[in-house]
Amino acid sequence: MKSNTIYAMYILWLRQVKRYFRSKSRMIGSLGQPVVFLVALGFGFGPVFAKAGGGNYIQFLSPGIIAMSIMFTAVFSGIELIWDKQFGFLKETLVAPVSRIWIMLGRTLGGATTAFLQGVIVFVITVAIGFRPDIAYVLPALLFMFGIALVFTAFGTAIASTMEDMQGFGLIVNLVNMPLFFLSGALFPLTSAPVWIQWIAFVNPLSYGVDGLRGALALVAQYSLWTDFIVLYGVAVLFVALGGWLFERIKV
Amino acid sequence: MPAADHSIIVKDLVKEYEAVKAVQGVSFSVPAGSMFAFLGPNGAGKTTTIKMLTTLVRPTAGSITVNGYDPVKNPEEVRHSFGIVFQDPSLDDELTAYENLFFHAGLYGVPRAETPGRVKDMMDFVELWDRKDHLVKTFSGGMKRRLEIARGLLHTPAVLFLDEPTTGLDPQTRNHIWEYIKKLNDERGLTVFFTTHYMEEAERVAKHVSIIDHGKIVADGTAQSIIQSAGTASLEDAFIKLTGRTIREEEGSGMDQMRNMRRMWRGGKR
Repeated sequence: MKSNTIYAMYILWLRQVKRYFRSKSRMIGSLGQPVVFLVALGFGFGPVFAKAGGGNYIQFLSPGIIAMSIMFTAVFSGIELIWDKQFGFLKETLVAPVSRIWIMLGRTLGGATTAFLQGVIVFVITVAIGFRPDIAYVLPALLFMFGIALVFTAFGTAIASTMEDMQGFGLIVNLVNMPLFFLSGALFPLTSAPVWIQWIAFVNPLSYGVDGLRGALALVAQYSLWTDFIVLYGVAVLFVALGGWLFERIKV
Repeated sequence: MPAADHSIIVKDLVKEYEAVKAVQGVSFSVPAGSMFAFLGPNGAGKTTTIKMLTTLVRPTAGSITVNGYDPVKNPEEVRHSFGIVFQDPSLDDELTAYENLFFHAGLYGVPRAETPGRVKDMMDFVELWDRKDHLVKTFSGGMKRRLEIARGLLHTPAVLFLDEPTTGLDPQTRNHIWEYIKKLNDERGLTVFFTTHYMEEAERVAKHVSIIDHGKIVADGTAQSIIQSAGTASLEDAFIKLTGRTIREEEGSGMDQMRNMRRMWRGGKR
Protein backbone atom coordinates (compact mmCIF):
# COMPACT_ATOMS: atom_id res chain seq x y z
CA MET A 1 0.00 0.00 0.00
CA LYS A 2 1.49 3.31 -1.08
CA SER A 3 1.54 6.22 1.33
CA ASN A 4 -0.58 8.12 -1.13
CA THR A 5 -3.34 5.55 -0.67
CA ILE A 6 -3.63 6.35 3.00
CA TYR A 7 -3.64 10.06 2.28
CA ALA A 8 -6.35 9.58 -0.34
CA MET A 9 -8.43 7.68 2.21
CA TYR A 10 -7.87 10.50 4.67
CA ILE A 11 -9.05 13.00 2.03
CA LEU A 12 -12.29 11.05 1.48
CA TRP A 13 -12.77 10.76 5.23
CA LEU A 14 -12.17 14.48 5.67
CA ARG A 15 -14.72 15.27 3.01
CA GLN A 16 -17.49 13.37 4.83
CA VAL A 17 -16.62 14.98 8.15
CA LYS A 18 -16.49 18.47 6.67
CA ARG A 19 -19.84 18.02 5.02
CA TYR A 20 -21.29 16.78 8.31
CA PHE A 21 -20.17 19.82 10.27
CA ARG A 22 -21.30 22.09 7.50
CA SER A 23 -24.89 20.89 7.38
CA LYS A 24 -26.04 21.96 10.82
CA SER A 25 -29.66 21.39 9.89
CA ARG A 26 -29.07 17.70 9.22
CA MET A 27 -27.05 17.38 12.39
CA ILE A 28 -29.76 18.93 14.54
CA GLY A 29 -32.67 17.44 12.58
CA SER A 30 -31.48 13.90 13.11
CA LEU A 31 -31.37 14.49 16.87
CA GLY A 32 -35.15 14.89 16.92
CA GLN A 33 -36.01 11.21 16.72
CA PRO A 34 -33.76 9.97 19.54
CA VAL A 35 -34.87 12.80 21.82
CA VAL A 36 -38.53 11.99 21.21
CA PHE A 37 -37.90 8.31 21.89
CA LEU A 38 -35.99 9.11 25.04
CA VAL A 39 -38.53 11.50 26.49
CA ALA A 40 -41.71 9.74 25.37
CA LEU A 41 -40.63 6.20 26.14
CA GLY A 42 -38.33 7.03 29.01
CA PHE A 43 -40.88 8.97 31.00
CA GLY A 44 -43.93 7.19 29.58
CA PHE A 45 -42.88 3.59 30.11
CA GLY A 46 -40.50 4.32 32.96
CA PRO A 47 -43.02 3.81 35.80
CA VAL A 48 -44.42 0.61 34.22
CA PHE A 49 -40.92 -0.74 33.75
CA ALA A 50 -40.03 0.02 37.36
CA LYS A 51 -43.27 -1.54 38.64
CA ALA A 52 -42.52 -4.71 36.68
CA GLY A 53 -39.24 -4.91 38.53
CA GLY A 54 -37.00 -3.77 35.67
CA GLY A 55 -35.40 -0.94 37.60
CA ASN A 56 -34.66 2.52 36.24
CA TYR A 57 -35.87 2.58 32.64
CA ILE A 58 -33.76 5.56 31.58
CA GLN A 59 -30.69 3.55 32.59
CA PHE A 60 -31.90 0.68 30.41
CA LEU A 61 -33.16 2.76 27.49
CA SER A 62 -30.34 5.28 27.02
CA PRO A 63 -27.73 2.89 25.59
CA GLY A 64 -30.41 1.58 23.21
CA ILE A 65 -31.24 5.08 22.01
CA ILE A 66 -27.58 5.94 21.53
CA ALA A 67 -27.22 2.78 19.44
CA MET A 68 -30.35 3.63 17.49
CA SER A 69 -29.19 7.11 16.55
CA ILE A 70 -25.83 5.76 15.42
CA MET A 71 -27.41 2.99 13.39
CA PHE A 72 -29.86 5.26 11.57
CA THR A 73 -27.28 7.94 10.80
CA ALA A 74 -24.84 5.26 9.64
CA VAL A 75 -27.20 3.45 7.29
CA PHE A 76 -28.44 6.69 5.83
CA SER A 77 -24.91 7.84 5.09
CA GLY A 78 -25.25 5.35 2.22
CA ILE A 79 -27.56 7.91 0.65
CA GLU A 80 -24.54 10.16 0.15
CA LEU A 81 -23.17 7.57 -2.21
CA ILE A 82 -26.35 7.82 -4.26
CA TRP A 83 -26.12 11.64 -4.23
CA ASP A 84 -22.54 11.32 -5.42
CA LYS A 85 -23.54 8.97 -8.22
CA GLN A 86 -26.17 11.43 -9.24
CA PHE A 87 -24.00 14.49 -8.85
CA GLY A 88 -21.16 12.93 -10.75
CA PHE A 89 -18.69 13.39 -7.91
CA LEU A 90 -18.34 9.62 -7.66
CA LYS A 91 -16.92 9.54 -11.20
CA GLU A 92 -14.29 12.02 -10.17
CA THR A 93 -13.15 9.66 -7.41
CA LEU A 94 -13.37 6.57 -9.62
CA VAL A 95 -10.93 7.96 -12.21
CA ALA A 96 -8.47 8.91 -9.47
CA PRO A 97 -5.35 6.73 -9.33
CA VAL A 98 -6.49 4.94 -6.17
CA SER A 99 -8.03 1.45 -6.06
CA ARG A 100 -11.74 1.41 -5.49
CA ILE A 101 -11.46 -0.62 -2.34
CA TRP A 102 -9.53 2.21 -0.62
CA ILE A 103 -12.02 4.74 -1.89
CA MET A 104 -14.83 2.70 -0.40
CA LEU A 105 -12.92 2.30 2.85
CA GLY A 106 -12.19 6.03 3.14
CA ARG A 107 -15.83 6.87 2.52
CA THR A 108 -17.04 4.23 4.98
CA LEU A 109 -14.70 5.43 7.72
CA GLY A 110 -15.89 8.98 7.06
CA GLY A 111 -19.54 8.00 7.27
CA ALA A 112 -18.87 5.92 10.38
CA THR A 113 -17.12 8.86 12.02
CA THR A 114 -20.08 11.16 11.47
CA ALA A 115 -22.50 8.53 12.80
CA PHE A 116 -20.22 8.07 15.81
CA LEU A 117 -20.17 11.81 16.46
CA GLN A 118 -23.95 11.84 16.24
CA GLY A 119 -23.95 9.09 18.87
CA VAL A 120 -21.70 11.14 21.13
CA ILE A 121 -24.13 14.06 20.94
CA VAL A 122 -27.03 11.77 21.82
CA PHE A 123 -24.95 10.35 24.67
CA VAL A 124 -24.59 13.84 26.11
CA ILE A 125 -28.34 14.40 25.75
CA THR A 126 -29.15 11.17 27.60
CA VAL A 127 -26.96 12.30 30.46
CA ALA A 128 -28.80 15.62 30.51
CA ILE A 129 -32.11 13.78 30.69
CA GLY A 130 -31.03 11.70 33.65
CA PHE A 131 -28.89 8.80 32.42
CA ARG A 132 -26.08 8.03 34.88
CA PRO A 133 -23.46 5.95 33.01
CA ASP A 134 -20.56 4.18 34.66
CA ILE A 135 -17.65 6.45 33.88
CA ALA A 136 -15.05 3.67 34.22
CA TYR A 137 -16.28 2.01 31.03
CA VAL A 138 -16.69 5.05 28.79
CA LEU A 139 -13.75 4.03 26.61
CA PRO A 140 -15.11 0.56 25.76
CA ALA A 141 -18.50 2.20 25.27
CA LEU A 142 -16.99 4.50 22.65
CA LEU A 143 -15.48 1.46 20.93
CA PHE A 144 -18.91 -0.16 20.78
CA MET A 145 -20.39 3.05 19.40
CA PHE A 146 -17.81 3.14 16.66
CA GLY A 147 -18.36 -0.55 15.94
CA ILE A 148 -22.09 0.01 15.44
CA ALA A 149 -21.30 2.97 13.19
CA LEU A 150 -18.89 0.92 11.11
CA VAL A 151 -21.22 -2.07 10.69
CA PHE A 152 -24.13 0.00 9.52
CA THR A 153 -22.21 2.47 7.37
CA ALA A 154 -20.75 -0.48 5.49
CA PHE A 155 -24.24 -1.95 5.26
CA GLY A 156 -25.64 1.32 3.87
CA THR A 157 -22.76 1.60 1.40
CA ALA A 158 -23.34 -1.97 0.25
CA ILE A 159 -27.03 -1.29 -0.44
CA ALA A 160 -26.35 2.10 -2.04
CA SER A 161 -23.75 0.55 -4.35
CA THR A 162 -26.44 -1.54 -5.97
CA MET A 163 -29.05 1.23 -6.26
CA GLU A 164 -29.59 4.30 -8.33
CA ASP A 165 -32.63 5.92 -6.85
CA MET A 166 -33.09 7.49 -3.53
CA GLN A 167 -36.69 6.57 -2.82
CA GLY A 168 -35.87 2.91 -3.32
CA PHE A 169 -32.96 3.23 -0.95
CA GLY A 170 -35.15 4.84 1.70
CA LEU A 171 -37.76 2.11 1.41
CA ILE A 172 -35.34 -0.78 1.61
CA VAL A 173 -33.41 0.76 4.44
CA ASN A 174 -36.53 1.37 6.52
CA LEU A 175 -37.72 -2.14 5.80
CA VAL A 176 -34.50 -3.48 7.31
CA ASN A 177 -33.80 -0.83 9.95
CA MET A 178 -37.06 -0.95 11.84
CA PRO A 179 -37.14 -4.69 12.63
CA LEU A 180 -33.43 -4.68 13.42
CA PHE A 181 -33.98 -1.83 15.82
CA PHE A 182 -37.08 -3.18 17.55
CA LEU A 183 -35.64 -6.68 17.82
CA SER A 184 -32.24 -5.68 19.15
CA GLY A 185 -33.16 -5.28 22.79
CA ALA A 186 -32.70 -1.52 22.49
CA LEU A 187 -36.15 -0.69 23.90
CA PHE A 188 -37.03 -3.70 26.05
CA PRO A 189 -35.30 -6.83 27.26
CA LEU A 190 -35.83 -9.78 24.93
CA THR A 191 -34.85 -12.45 27.43
CA SER A 192 -38.48 -13.39 28.06
CA ALA A 193 -39.67 -12.85 24.46
CA PRO A 194 -40.84 -15.79 22.28
CA VAL A 195 -38.04 -18.02 21.05
CA TRP A 196 -38.32 -16.99 17.40
CA ILE A 197 -37.84 -13.34 18.37
CA GLN A 198 -34.83 -14.34 20.41
CA TRP A 199 -33.45 -16.03 17.31
CA ILE A 200 -33.83 -12.86 15.27
CA ALA A 201 -32.11 -10.94 18.04
CA PHE A 202 -29.39 -13.55 18.07
CA VAL A 203 -28.47 -12.99 14.41
CA ASN A 204 -29.04 -9.23 14.58
CA PRO A 205 -25.69 -7.42 14.75
CA LEU A 206 -27.30 -4.45 16.48
CA SER A 207 -28.16 -6.69 19.46
CA TYR A 208 -24.47 -7.07 20.22
CA GLY A 209 -23.84 -3.37 19.82
CA VAL A 210 -26.70 -2.52 22.16
CA ASP A 211 -25.72 -5.23 24.62
CA GLY A 212 -22.09 -4.17 24.65
CA LEU A 213 -22.99 -0.52 25.06
CA ARG A 214 -25.39 -1.31 27.87
CA GLY A 215 -22.89 -3.62 29.47
CA ALA A 216 -20.27 -0.89 29.46
CA LEU A 217 -22.44 2.05 30.48
CA ALA A 218 -25.18 0.54 32.65
CA LEU A 219 -23.43 -2.66 33.71
CA VAL A 220 -26.29 -4.91 32.60
CA ALA A 221 -25.63 -7.27 29.74
CA GLN A 222 -26.72 -10.57 28.27
CA TYR A 223 -23.34 -11.53 26.85
CA SER A 224 -19.84 -10.74 27.99
CA LEU A 225 -18.28 -7.54 26.66
CA TRP A 226 -15.72 -9.60 24.76
CA THR A 227 -18.41 -11.63 22.99
CA ASP A 228 -20.20 -8.44 22.02
CA PHE A 229 -16.97 -6.85 20.88
CA ILE A 230 -15.82 -9.79 18.77
CA VAL A 231 -19.20 -10.35 17.13
CA LEU A 232 -19.70 -6.65 16.38
CA TYR A 233 -16.28 -6.09 14.84
CA GLY A 234 -16.43 -9.46 13.08
CA VAL A 235 -19.64 -8.38 11.38
CA ALA A 236 -18.03 -5.02 10.62
CA VAL A 237 -15.20 -6.73 8.75
CA LEU A 238 -17.71 -8.89 6.90
CA PHE A 239 -19.88 -5.93 5.86
CA VAL A 240 -16.92 -3.80 4.85
CA ALA A 241 -15.76 -6.68 2.63
CA LEU A 242 -19.24 -7.04 1.15
CA GLY A 243 -19.55 -3.28 0.66
CA GLY A 244 -16.13 -3.21 -0.99
CA TRP A 245 -17.08 -6.05 -3.30
CA LEU A 246 -20.28 -4.31 -4.39
CA PHE A 247 -18.55 -0.93 -4.67
CA GLU A 248 -16.02 -2.47 -7.08
CA ARG A 249 -18.93 -3.35 -9.32
CA ILE A 250 -20.53 0.07 -9.55
CA LYS A 251 -21.05 1.05 -13.16
CA VAL A 252 -20.83 4.70 -14.12
CA MET B 1 6.16 1.10 -25.87
CA PRO B 2 4.40 2.88 -28.70
CA ALA B 3 5.79 5.82 -30.57
CA ALA B 4 5.98 8.81 -28.25
CA ASP B 5 4.55 11.10 -30.90
CA HIS B 6 1.04 9.80 -30.22
CA SER B 7 -0.73 10.36 -26.91
CA ILE B 8 -3.59 8.01 -27.66
CA ILE B 9 -3.61 5.00 -29.97
CA VAL B 10 -6.81 3.02 -30.39
CA LYS B 11 -6.98 -0.14 -32.51
CA ASP B 12 -10.11 -2.10 -33.44
CA LEU B 13 -11.87 -1.06 -30.24
CA VAL B 14 -15.16 -2.86 -29.52
CA LYS B 15 -17.64 -2.46 -26.69
CA GLU B 16 -20.76 -4.58 -26.52
CA TYR B 17 -23.38 -4.25 -23.85
CA GLU B 18 -25.94 -7.03 -23.48
CA ALA B 19 -27.99 -6.15 -26.54
CA VAL B 20 -26.16 -3.16 -27.97
CA LYS B 21 -22.93 -2.85 -29.89
CA ALA B 22 -21.97 0.61 -28.68
CA VAL B 23 -18.55 0.68 -30.34
CA GLN B 24 -17.78 -1.60 -33.26
CA GLY B 25 -14.13 -1.69 -34.27
CA VAL B 26 -12.92 1.87 -33.87
CA SER B 27 -9.33 2.87 -34.66
CA PHE B 28 -7.71 6.29 -34.44
CA SER B 29 -4.64 7.95 -33.01
CA VAL B 30 -4.18 11.31 -31.39
CA PRO B 31 -0.84 13.03 -32.07
CA ALA B 32 0.86 14.34 -28.92
CA GLY B 33 0.24 18.04 -28.38
CA SER B 34 -2.73 18.22 -30.72
CA MET B 35 -6.33 19.29 -30.35
CA PHE B 36 -8.42 16.31 -31.34
CA ALA B 37 -12.18 16.60 -31.91
CA PHE B 38 -14.22 13.43 -31.54
CA LEU B 39 -17.59 14.12 -33.08
CA GLY B 40 -20.78 12.19 -33.57
CA PRO B 41 -24.55 12.33 -33.03
CA ASN B 42 -26.08 11.34 -29.69
CA GLY B 43 -25.64 7.65 -29.00
CA ALA B 44 -22.91 7.26 -31.63
CA GLY B 45 -20.43 5.83 -29.11
CA LYS B 46 -18.47 8.93 -28.07
CA THR B 47 -18.99 8.75 -24.35
CA THR B 48 -18.49 4.97 -24.29
CA THR B 49 -15.17 5.44 -26.08
CA ILE B 50 -14.09 8.12 -23.60
CA LYS B 51 -15.05 5.84 -20.72
CA MET B 52 -12.88 3.09 -22.16
CA LEU B 53 -9.97 5.49 -22.67
CA THR B 54 -10.30 6.73 -19.09
CA THR B 55 -10.47 3.30 -17.39
CA LEU B 56 -14.14 3.57 -16.39
CA VAL B 57 -15.32 0.83 -18.75
CA ARG B 58 -13.50 -2.28 -19.94
CA PRO B 59 -13.43 -2.79 -23.69
CA THR B 60 -14.87 -6.01 -25.10
CA ALA B 61 -12.05 -6.23 -27.65
CA GLY B 62 -9.30 -4.15 -29.22
CA SER B 63 -6.35 -2.29 -27.80
CA ILE B 64 -5.89 1.15 -26.26
CA THR B 65 -2.74 3.03 -25.36
CA VAL B 66 -2.96 6.26 -23.41
CA ASN B 67 0.38 8.00 -22.80
CA GLY B 68 2.13 4.69 -23.32
CA TYR B 69 -0.04 2.70 -20.91
CA ASP B 70 -2.88 0.25 -21.34
CA PRO B 71 -6.00 1.34 -19.40
CA VAL B 72 -6.93 -2.29 -18.75
CA LYS B 73 -3.53 -3.47 -17.52
CA ASN B 74 -2.20 -0.28 -15.92
CA PRO B 75 -5.24 1.73 -14.89
CA GLU B 76 -3.42 3.70 -12.18
CA GLU B 77 -0.63 4.86 -14.50
CA VAL B 78 -3.19 5.88 -17.09
CA ARG B 79 -5.23 7.74 -14.49
CA HIS B 80 -2.19 9.71 -13.39
CA SER B 81 -1.55 10.73 -16.97
CA PHE B 82 -4.85 12.31 -17.95
CA GLY B 83 -7.26 14.92 -16.66
CA ILE B 84 -10.95 14.83 -17.46
CA VAL B 85 -13.94 17.12 -17.55
CA PHE B 86 -17.03 14.94 -17.69
CA GLN B 87 -20.13 15.69 -19.69
CA ASP B 88 -22.09 16.21 -16.47
CA PRO B 89 -20.82 18.26 -13.54
CA SER B 90 -18.77 16.23 -11.09
CA LEU B 91 -17.88 18.76 -8.40
CA ASP B 92 -18.89 18.50 -4.77
CA ASP B 93 -21.45 21.28 -4.41
CA GLU B 94 -21.24 21.33 -0.63
CA LEU B 95 -17.55 22.11 -0.65
CA THR B 96 -15.80 25.34 -1.58
CA ALA B 97 -13.96 25.76 -4.86
CA TYR B 98 -10.64 25.57 -3.03
CA GLU B 99 -11.63 22.40 -1.17
CA ASN B 100 -12.69 20.70 -4.39
CA LEU B 101 -9.26 21.30 -5.87
CA PHE B 102 -7.43 20.53 -2.66
CA PHE B 103 -9.19 17.18 -2.34
CA HIS B 104 -8.47 16.35 -5.97
CA ALA B 105 -4.78 17.00 -5.37
CA GLY B 106 -4.90 14.63 -2.41
CA LEU B 107 -6.55 11.89 -4.42
CA TYR B 108 -3.99 12.21 -7.20
CA GLY B 109 -0.95 12.20 -4.95
CA VAL B 110 0.16 15.75 -5.77
CA PRO B 111 3.07 16.44 -3.36
CA ARG B 112 1.54 18.11 -0.32
CA ALA B 113 4.08 20.91 -0.23
CA GLU B 114 3.24 21.86 -3.80
CA THR B 115 -0.52 21.61 -3.48
CA PRO B 116 -1.42 25.14 -2.27
CA GLY B 117 0.75 26.76 -4.94
CA ARG B 118 -0.63 24.62 -7.73
CA VAL B 119 -4.21 25.15 -6.64
CA LYS B 120 -3.64 28.89 -6.67
CA ASP B 121 -1.97 28.78 -10.10
CA MET B 122 -4.81 26.83 -11.65
CA MET B 123 -7.51 28.93 -10.04
CA ASP B 124 -5.74 32.06 -11.21
CA PHE B 125 -5.57 30.58 -14.67
CA VAL B 126 -9.36 30.12 -14.87
CA GLU B 127 -9.87 33.43 -13.02
CA LEU B 128 -11.66 31.98 -10.01
CA TRP B 129 -9.13 32.67 -7.26
CA ASP B 130 -11.24 35.48 -5.80
CA ARG B 131 -14.09 32.98 -5.38
CA LYS B 132 -11.99 30.28 -3.80
CA ASP B 133 -13.87 30.19 -0.50
CA HIS B 134 -17.34 30.16 -2.02
CA LEU B 135 -19.38 26.97 -1.99
CA VAL B 136 -19.56 25.47 -5.47
CA LYS B 137 -23.35 25.36 -5.30
CA THR B 138 -23.34 29.15 -5.64
CA PHE B 139 -21.43 28.93 -8.96
CA SER B 140 -22.94 29.36 -12.43
CA GLY B 141 -22.65 26.60 -15.01
CA GLY B 142 -19.75 28.35 -16.71
CA MET B 143 -17.87 28.87 -13.46
CA LYS B 144 -18.30 25.19 -12.59
CA ARG B 145 -16.88 24.24 -15.97
CA ARG B 146 -13.87 26.49 -15.50
CA LEU B 147 -13.30 25.05 -12.06
CA GLU B 148 -13.51 21.53 -13.46
CA ILE B 149 -10.89 22.40 -16.07
CA ALA B 150 -8.65 23.76 -13.34
CA ARG B 151 -9.19 20.61 -11.31
CA GLY B 152 -8.48 18.35 -14.27
CA LEU B 153 -5.09 20.02 -14.76
CA LEU B 154 -3.98 20.05 -11.15
CA HIS B 155 -1.94 16.86 -11.36
CA THR B 156 -0.22 18.08 -14.57
CA PRO B 157 -1.62 15.45 -16.94
CA ALA B 158 -0.31 15.02 -20.48
CA VAL B 159 -3.81 14.60 -21.95
CA LEU B 160 -7.00 16.43 -21.10
CA PHE B 161 -10.34 14.81 -21.97
CA LEU B 162 -13.27 17.18 -22.38
CA ASP B 163 -16.67 15.61 -22.94
CA GLU B 164 -18.90 18.37 -24.33
CA PRO B 165 -17.21 21.09 -22.29
CA THR B 166 -19.30 23.94 -23.67
CA THR B 167 -22.78 22.41 -23.83
CA GLY B 168 -25.39 24.67 -22.31
CA LEU B 169 -23.12 27.71 -21.98
CA ASP B 170 -23.59 31.12 -23.54
CA PRO B 171 -21.30 32.14 -26.45
CA GLN B 172 -19.21 34.43 -24.23
CA THR B 173 -18.43 31.65 -21.78
CA ARG B 174 -17.84 29.18 -24.59
CA ASN B 175 -15.28 31.44 -26.20
CA HIS B 176 -13.66 32.03 -22.86
CA ILE B 177 -13.34 28.33 -22.21
CA TRP B 178 -11.81 27.65 -25.62
CA GLU B 179 -9.33 30.43 -25.00
CA TYR B 180 -8.13 28.70 -21.86
CA ILE B 181 -7.89 25.38 -23.61
CA LYS B 182 -6.05 26.75 -26.62
CA LYS B 183 -3.64 28.52 -24.34
CA LEU B 184 -2.88 25.28 -22.53
CA ASN B 185 -2.39 23.52 -25.84
CA ASP B 186 -0.11 26.27 -27.24
CA GLU B 187 1.96 27.02 -24.17
CA ARG B 188 2.24 23.68 -22.41
CA GLY B 189 1.84 21.29 -25.32
CA LEU B 190 -1.14 19.67 -23.62
CA THR B 191 -2.94 17.11 -25.77
CA VAL B 192 -6.67 17.85 -25.80
CA PHE B 193 -9.25 15.23 -26.72
CA PHE B 194 -12.73 16.72 -26.85
CA THR B 195 -16.27 16.06 -27.99
CA THR B 196 -18.78 18.73 -28.89
CA HIS B 197 -22.03 19.21 -30.74
CA TYR B 198 -20.97 22.68 -31.89
CA MET B 199 -19.37 21.94 -35.26
CA GLU B 200 -18.04 25.47 -35.70
CA GLU B 201 -16.05 25.01 -32.48
CA ALA B 202 -14.47 21.83 -33.79
CA GLU B 203 -13.76 23.46 -37.14
CA ARG B 204 -12.15 26.43 -35.43
CA VAL B 205 -9.99 24.79 -32.77
CA ALA B 206 -9.30 21.17 -33.73
CA LYS B 207 -6.26 20.11 -35.72
CA HIS B 208 -7.66 16.62 -36.14
CA VAL B 209 -11.26 15.52 -36.39
CA SER B 210 -12.79 12.06 -36.18
CA ILE B 211 -16.49 11.50 -36.79
CA ILE B 212 -18.08 8.43 -35.24
CA ASP B 213 -21.55 7.11 -36.03
CA HIS B 214 -23.27 3.86 -35.06
CA GLY B 215 -20.08 2.82 -33.29
CA LYS B 216 -17.86 3.24 -36.37
CA ILE B 217 -15.53 5.96 -37.60
CA VAL B 218 -17.07 7.52 -40.71
CA ALA B 219 -14.53 10.27 -41.32
CA ASP B 220 -11.06 11.09 -40.09
CA GLY B 221 -8.62 13.88 -40.89
CA THR B 222 -8.36 17.64 -40.63
CA ALA B 223 -11.59 19.65 -40.67
CA GLN B 224 -10.61 20.95 -44.10
CA SER B 225 -9.98 17.51 -45.57
CA ILE B 226 -13.32 16.23 -44.28
CA ILE B 227 -15.15 19.24 -45.69
CA GLN B 228 -13.41 18.79 -49.04
CA SER B 229 -14.04 15.09 -49.40
CA ALA B 230 -17.69 15.59 -48.45
CA GLY B 231 -17.92 18.43 -50.95
CA THR B 232 -19.70 20.76 -48.54
CA ALA B 233 -19.25 24.32 -47.35
CA SER B 234 -18.77 23.72 -43.64
CA LEU B 235 -18.01 20.98 -41.14
CA GLU B 236 -21.60 21.10 -39.97
CA ASP B 237 -22.84 20.31 -43.49
CA ALA B 238 -20.25 17.59 -43.89
CA PHE B 239 -21.30 16.14 -40.53
CA ILE B 240 -24.95 16.01 -41.56
CA LYS B 241 -24.08 14.57 -44.94
CA LEU B 242 -22.06 11.81 -43.26
CA THR B 243 -24.39 10.99 -40.40
CA GLY B 244 -27.80 11.70 -41.95
CA ARG B 245 -30.64 13.96 -40.94
CA THR B 246 -32.56 11.63 -38.67
CA ILE B 247 -32.83 12.72 -35.05
CA ARG B 248 -31.11 10.34 -32.66
CA GLU B 249 -32.85 9.41 -29.50
CA GLU B 250 -30.54 8.66 -26.66
CA GLU B 251 -32.19 6.58 -24.03
CA GLY B 252 -32.26 8.38 -20.70
CA SER B 253 -30.46 6.39 -18.04
CA GLY B 254 -31.81 5.95 -14.54
CA MET B 255 -29.26 8.51 -13.55
CA ASP B 256 -30.65 11.13 -15.92
CA GLN B 257 -34.11 10.62 -14.57
CA MET B 258 -32.86 11.07 -11.04
CA ARG B 259 -31.05 14.21 -12.00
CA ASN B 260 -34.24 15.63 -13.39
CA MET B 261 -36.06 14.76 -10.23
CA ARG B 262 -33.42 16.43 -8.12
CA ARG B 263 -33.55 19.49 -10.30
CA MET B 264 -37.26 19.71 -9.60
CA TRP B 265 -36.73 19.45 -5.87
CA ARG B 266 -34.07 22.08 -5.90
CA GLY B 267 -36.22 24.48 -7.85
CA GLY B 268 -34.49 24.21 -11.21
CA LYS B 269 -31.10 25.56 -10.21
CA ARG B 270 -27.97 24.56 -12.14
